[in-house]
Amino acid sequence: MIEVQALTKHFGPIVAVDQVSFAVGRGEVLGFLGPNGAGKSTTMKMIAGFLTPTSGSAKVCGFDVLEQPIEVKTRIGYLPEGAPLYADMTPKSFLAFIASARGFGGQEAKRRIALAAEQTQILAVFDRPIDTLSKGYKRRVGLAQALLHDPEVLILDEPTDGLDPNQKHEVRTLIRRMAAEKTIVISTHLLDEVSAVCTRALVIAGGRLVIDATPAALEARSRLHNAISLRLAGLSLEEAERELATVPGVASVEALEREDAGIGLRLFAEAGQPIITEVSRFVHARGWAVEEIHVERGELDEVFREITTGRA
Amino acid sequence: MRAVRNVVTVFRREFAAYFTTPLAYVFLVVFLALAGALTFYIGNFFEREQADLEPFFTFHPWLYLFLIPAISMRLWAEERKTGTAELLLTLPISITEAVLGKFLAAWAFTAVALALTFPLWISVNVLGRPDNGVILAGYIGSFVMAGAFLAVSSCMSALTKNQVIAFVLACAVCFLFILSGTPMVLGFAQSWLPQVLIDAVASFSFLTHFNAIKKGVIDLRDVIFLASLITLFLYANVVAVDLKKSA
Repeated sequence: MIEVQALTKHFGPIVAVDQVSFAVGRGEVLGFLGPNGAGKSTTMKMIAGFLTPTSGSAKVCGFDVLEQPIEVKTRIGYLPEGAPLYADMTPKSFLAFIASARGFGGQEAKRRIALAAEQTQILAVFDRPIDTLSKGYKRRVGLAQALLHDPEVLILDEPTDGLDPNQKHEVRTLIRRMAAEKTIVISTHLLDEVSAVCTRALVIAGGRLVIDATPAALEARSRLHNAISLRLAGLSLEEAERELATVPGVASVEALEREDAGIGLRLFAEAGQPIITEVSRFVHARGWAVEEIHVERGELDEVFREITTGRA
Repeated sequence: MRAVRNVVTVFRREFAAYFTTPLAYVFLVVFLALAGALTFYIGNFFEREQADLEPFFTFHPWLYLFLIPAISMRLWAEERKTGTAELLLTLPISITEAVLGKFLAAWAFTAVALALTFPLWISVNVLGRPDNGVILAGYIGSFVMAGAFLAVSSCMSALTKNQVIAFVLACAVCFLFILSGTPMVLGFAQSWLPQVLIDAVASFSFLTHFNAIKKGVIDLRDVIFLASLITLFLYANVVAVDLKKSA
């Protein structure tokens, strides 16, 4: 549904986006990850038809953004960064404007507006001027506008920014529900959002596409992937460290700072391979008292930092 | 047709937006008050003892010089500043349709302002027997000239994010157009510019073209001049919006 080939954008001497290529299909939710200024929003703006690329191409549903911009814009629902809105309009009049711009009138427009308002839960503030709304509500109005025409492609720049945890959950659930029939691209700083919502993650740093992988694969790159966090009682730290280092598959053992009773340890796996079976057998055979045992999936934070600080 | 629909959509939003803030009402009151004051006092409406509205129309270019930039300074500058330009331009509406819609909304608003000067028309009809055809022609001509001012101002608004700069730029360019035939504007160049160019620049003067209009004469040359100017600046407006996206 979206095909991006060697997309590049220069702002004078600054290279904001450098030869980015990827493709997204129906049913996929693609997450753009990257530090601020990496080029995520710029890439989205080019796909949405707002900025003209310096070189390269972007196709949406087979239509080229430069050659058939109106066809492309008809099929995209776009939520720009910062969710800009017309401050003096009410969500009702604003959505009516968007409906009209999208070619809907009369009953059809009313139906779609009601549906979008319900999906984003903005009915409570429907008749208040937009500049009196909270940040969360503003973002949801922006989202409603993107969903109004039930587009095949959704491009959402930080859709949950400024929402409280409940609202974040609602929006993520909404995205997941729509994912089956649509192609969705979101950009986010929240790594837990990537795991929660995305089927694929693109890490962009310094304008370049650095990684294109599933969230699971990204987690696997973490040093913490498949590490075991343990809390034991009734033995000394040195003894535990010494013994556990001998378990096959354990690359290293680290002590964890704990204030409560027992000693805390973290065992790092060699090459990120699962070691839980060996470790639990070992501990059971020794008869140690285990107070807590936990398999780490990997910290995206750390992976993100490692990938992006090398390039920025 | 889709294009017309889009222009109407933008038009309606923009026109309604004028009336949601006090701006519109303040503008209308100031316009009407100034128009009245200029006609009756500076224009010597009563002293002339003539039943026409020439003193009224004479001041229109000067009224427009300040008031038209005031109503069009927000057309594009505010959209770029708040980021709604990104929203507008990713809708299936072409830049041309958006420019046209906004321009027409501002023009329609000016029409409302002009229409509200009807008490003057009534007054002159009560006091004498004017040639109403001449007066009507004057209104139409003034309306078209307002369109020219608007096209210029709207284009200036697209060049900046700051409404005040848009206002000042628009005033400056409109001023040049008003006075382009006079020594004030041409003086520095008269010695070295070829006569052809001097004549060309002089022919751009709004004042010169408006001279006939205010007497109720709709000369084809004036209409063509104003219409081409409007077209030119609307085109420049489209280009400006497109170029400024990447800023």
